[in-house]
Amino acid sequence: MDKVKARIMDAADIKRTIMRLAHEIVERNHGVKNLGIVGIRTRGDHLARRVFEAVKSIEGEPLGIGVLDITLYRDDFRIRKTGPGVQITDIPFDMDETTVVLVDDVLYTGRTSRAALDALMDYGRPGRVQLAVLVDRGHRELPIKADFVGKNIPTAPGEEVLVHLKEEDKVDEVVLVETAGKE
Amino acid sequence: MALQSKHLLGLEGVSREDITSILDAGLSFKEILNRPIPKVPTLRHVTVVNAFFENSTRTRISFELAEKRLSADVVNFSGSSSSVSKGETLIDTIRNLEAMKIDIVVMRHPLPGAPQLLARYCDSKVVNAGDGAHEHPTQALLDMMTLREVRGEFDGLRVTLVGDISHSRVAISNIYGLQTMGAKVAVCGPPTLIPRHLERLGVTVYTDLDEAIRNSDVLNVLRIQMERQDQGLFPSIREYHALYGINRERLNSAGASKDLVIMHPGPINRGVELDADIADGPQSVILQQVTNGVAVRMAVLFLLAGGNNELE
Repeated sequence: MDKVKARIMDAADIKRTIMRLAHEIVERNHGVKNLGIVGIRTRGDHLARRVFEAVKSIEGEPLGIGVLDITLYRDDFRIRKTGPGVQITDIPFDMDETTVVLVDDVLYTGRTSRAALDALMDYGRPGRVQLAVLVDRGHRELPIKADFVGKNIPTAPGEEVLVHLKEEDKVDEVVLVETAGKE
Repeated sequence: MALQSKHLLGLEGVSREDITSILDAGLSFKEILNRPIPKVPTLRHVTVVNAFFENSTRTRISFELAEKRLSADVVNFSGSSSSVSKGETLIDTIRNLEAMKIDIVVMRHPLPGAPQLLARYCDSKVVNAGDGAHEHPTQALLDMMTLREVRGEFDGLRVTLVGDISHSRVAISNIYGLQTMGAKVAVCGPPTLIPRHLERLGVTVYTDLDEAIRNSDVLNVLRIQMERQDQGLFPSIREYHALYGINRERLNSAGASKDLVIMHPGPINRGVELDADIADGPQSVILQQVTNGVAVRMAVLFLLAGGNNELE
């Protein structure tokens, strides 16, 4: 079992952070006109729904909310032993010329975001894409930077950041764990 | 998520988990087919050979599209235009292809068991695209995917295969697959076209079409192979149509359920086993089957290729 080293955010922290991210998104984009929100499965999807509701409560309803499954775009398909099953992508609004905010739980190597960008481009031609993450834990392997960051958590090798959300894990929290040489 | 089976040689003995994985993935791949850009980069590292030693239009194109939608490299060859016609054995042919670094062989062959033989002697993944009168697993999988879409559950679903069961690889694969998933499978046709001892597989056998219609939620109508008529297995096409042809009047007079689903693996002999009013009618899911064929074949290739890379 992974050993929990620290609990970095609790439910109230996550709620406040999502509200701040929503404010930043609205501020940067001067409102919600032409703004779509797309979550990266699985936890990014849940976060995206919360960001969507937060944005809606601040400024009114954005264009739409979608979910992106990037299994088929991963660059580690050939070397992963197991993975999540491929699921359905659903973007129910026309992305052409809109601003799309991609939402994910943790930004780490940047490979997930790279795959998400490729996947997104197969659905349409968004005018602009922005990236919002709950946690940025560093150690990028690709030149990718988030536009909106909930919390920066510098990590050491052998550490991992886990985001737990009620929808999947029964509890809202962000924890730092030791992975005991798994990587 | 990776399949327990290394190859897809047939549905006999394939687990419920594996079939469920394939059908679930098929649903996701169907979504890709409706995208503005219906292509994903997933199998860029995979080379597939479609080896068709027997004629096929639909299945070959369906496989080729599935491969291309997944960005695999595709090589096609047919028996008649290859070195097979110069007397090379099957194993030699495929070993030579393997020496050119391929990953998956999709094969149709007139001899039952040819894919099993291949799987034993080569390192590639083998997908059976029909071997004689033995199995045609991807056809049964696309039938099952379609059934799950229109009826939801397999448990207790009464599916009857109508027509030439003896020469049908589609029937055998459907029987194995549907039974594994919990459906009740029956067959219906002239006694000369039903293999003896089929009851041993737990299949109900009807020779009276009306009785079969009354007791079915789904009719999967098989193609009558015109070339069989010379073998004297049924007196005439006309008589076959009179006794086993499906049309509106027949369904009504037999008391068919109004939700009865009509399937056909194609190509249809219109006016023989199936009349146009039914083939093109609201109960028919025939074109949905064709679309699902591409999706389910993508699922099979994706899952087999994924298993290829297990870091045991």
